[in-house]
Amino acid sequence: MNIDVPYTSFLDIDGNLKEGAPQLSHDDLKTIYWHMNLGRICNAKILSMQKQGRIGTYASTLGQEGCQAALAHAIKDNDNIWLVPSFRESVATIARGYPMEQLMRYWGGFEIGSNQTREFKVMPVNIPIASQLNHAAGIAISMKFKGEKGAAIGFVGDGGTSEGEFAEAMNFVGEFKAPAVFVCQNNQYAISVPRKKQTAASTIAQKATAFGFEGVQVDGNDVFACYKIIKDAIEKAMNGGGPTFVEAITYRLDNHTTADDWHKYRTEEEVNEWKKKDPIERLKKHMMQIGCWDDQHEQHMLEDAKKKVEEAAKAYEGTPKPKVEEIFDHLYAKLPYHIQEQKDHFVKFWGGQ
Amino acid sequence: MTERNMVQALNNAFFIAMERDPTVITYGEDVGVDGGVFRVTDGLQAKFGDQRSFDSPLAEAGIVGSAIGMAVNGLKPVVEMQFSGFIYPAFQQIVSHAARLRNRTRGDITIPLVIRSPYGGGINALEHHSESLEALYVHIPGLKVVIPSSPYDAKGLLIAAIEDPDPVLFLEPKRLYRAVKQEVPDDYYTIPLGQAKVMKEGKDITIIAWGGMVPVAEDAISQVKAECELIDLRTIDPWDKKTIIDSVKKTGKCIIIHEATKTGGFGAEIAATLQEECIFNLDAPVARVTAPDVIVPYFKAEHYYRPNADMLVKKINELLNF
Ligand SMILES: Cc1ncc(C[n+]2csc(CCOP(=O)(O)OP(=O)(O)O)c2C)c(N)n1
Repeated sequence: MNIDVPYTSFLDIDGNLKEGAPQLSHDDLKTIYWHMNLGRICNAKILSMQKQGRIGTYASTLGQEGCQAALAHAIKDNDNIWLVPSFRESVATIARGYPMEQLMRYWGGFEIGSNQTREFKVMPVNIPIASQLNHAAGIAISMKFKGEKGAAIGFVGDGGTSEGEFAEAMNFVGEFKAPAVFVCQNNQYAISVPRKKQTAASTIAQKATAFGFEGVQVDGNDVFACYKIIKDAIEKAMNGGGPTFVEAITYRLDNHTTADDWHKYRTEEEVNEWKKKDPIERLKKHMMQIGCWDDQHEQHMLEDAKKKVEEAAKAYEGTPKPKVEEIFDHLYAKLPYHIQEQKDHFVKFWGGQ
Repeated sequence: MTERNMVQALNNAFFIAMERDPTVITYGEDVGVDGGVFRVTDGLQAKFGDQRSFDSPLAEAGIVGSAIGMAVNGLKPVVEMQFSGFIYPAFQQIVSHAARLRNRTRGDITIPLVIRSPYGGGINALEHHSESLEALYVHIPGLKVVIPSSPYDAKGLLIAAIEDPDPVLFLEPKRLYRAVKQEVPDDYYTIPLGQAKVMKEGKDITIIAWGGMVPVAEDAISQVKAECELIDLRTIDPWDKKTIIDSVKKTGKCIIIHEATKTGGFGAEIAATLQEECIFNLDAPVARVTAPDVIVPYFKAEHYYRPNADMLVKKINELLNF
């Protein structure tokens, strides 16, 4: 059974742009390109720190930078947009301004990595699959009730769209016509399970139809297409038009997490096919074609990005070790007596460190 | 002062809390137009509009999850789980998010959320409508658990729960919803969470109860000669250890009665604490009167299961003769 959903793509793998693409200035393109690269370099740094045992299990964003950087650019002029990520949105999070060292702290096992949630309107990384979408729904619905001009963007993976919480959140934003945009980064796998085994639906986007709002597919490795789709969806949301569900078609070039090995469930050939569609290469080719980028730009940009990432890593490495009392300090506004007693006991046991 | 049953007292608490604080909203299945299947939210939509009291889709994870999002964005949602037997789809939201977000963000985000739910048995209900699983929630750090047993307490505790900056699970014993009427002040008042109430003083034996077991304990106490001290715990987490220990130090004997099954029930926590903290004041083992460790029987056999006054009388006499 087929339900038609629109698919948008403007930039081909050789960097040629089709008609109808949004107008993006050279500066716009450079910003998006910068964020994709910064994200990729930061990602590589985190992976290498993980190998050295300096960071915990981490979910790589390699290959998925296009959709995330374009999304951040499409909402850059609006402060009142909440990002509600799953765990594979490092690029969008960084591009939204969330400090890289904070992200490193999160993945390095420090709760303080999430203590600037309000300031950046970026919810903490969310591990229980799809449950974050209900938070995005609540933020968006509350904005409507409070008469705020704003929106919430919730992220989910292709596997996550099989969860019950996905359906509940979709139904909520639809029913309340909430200013929400749900973005599925369809990276073709949920750990080892391929998209085809996840659902009999021919597209993920079409699931929105059942909840009474629009679902669209977009080439997730094409920043022009992603920029336009997100910009339109956000404008619609903020003007009372209700939610949109965006299926961004992309590919996870890396392992699921640092604890995974993709060779067990997919072939080299398949991965190589997708490498040809790399979002960074595509935009670079285009920028070179239109004459706003050259090797020298590239070199400077890479140096700059590496420097910023190294600085962040240094800040991360300097993070003080948590004190034993900190595991008690943020449970409640006021610690109940029985936990206070346990705190006193543990602080004493650990020598008040 | 007005005579009110527990439903009316809770309803009154809502009117007061929503009047005082425009960020307080309430929703859930049938909460808006219908006023909830037990009518606790009756009249709120008419008074405060359909953006402050409304019907949600039938989706428990969605209700609690969206309430967390609303709390992040500055509202104080009081959501209803229609029956405590249907909280489970929302369990993930309660355990993994509501209770954790303050800690995960080092206090940057707090979740001032109340999850209300009719709870407990003794009303010849359908399957899945009679469980007492409060112990599940006590085991979740970051969450508070409140169970009132009277109209007066229900009102003061609900307002306190709404004002609390952290998530509170508020379990309302269905059996007591309309069981008694009591003088309840019309005005605002709160009862601090975490404070037990000495319902009746006595020197011979301490009886600890909460929710639907409080009237059962009162009944039993009226049948024995011994002078029993009855304590209603009211808040299960954090619980009022001091009041209980002070009482047990005086009486030297203690019985905990709860509707929940025995193993891993909250009575075990109290008993363990008493032996840790005042073993030399005890002159008999701490006793428990609880349901057996079986699935709540369907209502034709529920009376075997639910602790009653006779069971407690028997236990009191056993302890007195120990
Ligand atoms: C509720 C829940 N079930 C299972 C897991 C374990 N798990 C972590 S990631 C993952 C796959 C997610 O796939 P998808 O939603 O496609 O996102 P992706 O990882 O590809 O970005 C699973 C099963 C989890 N985190 N949460």
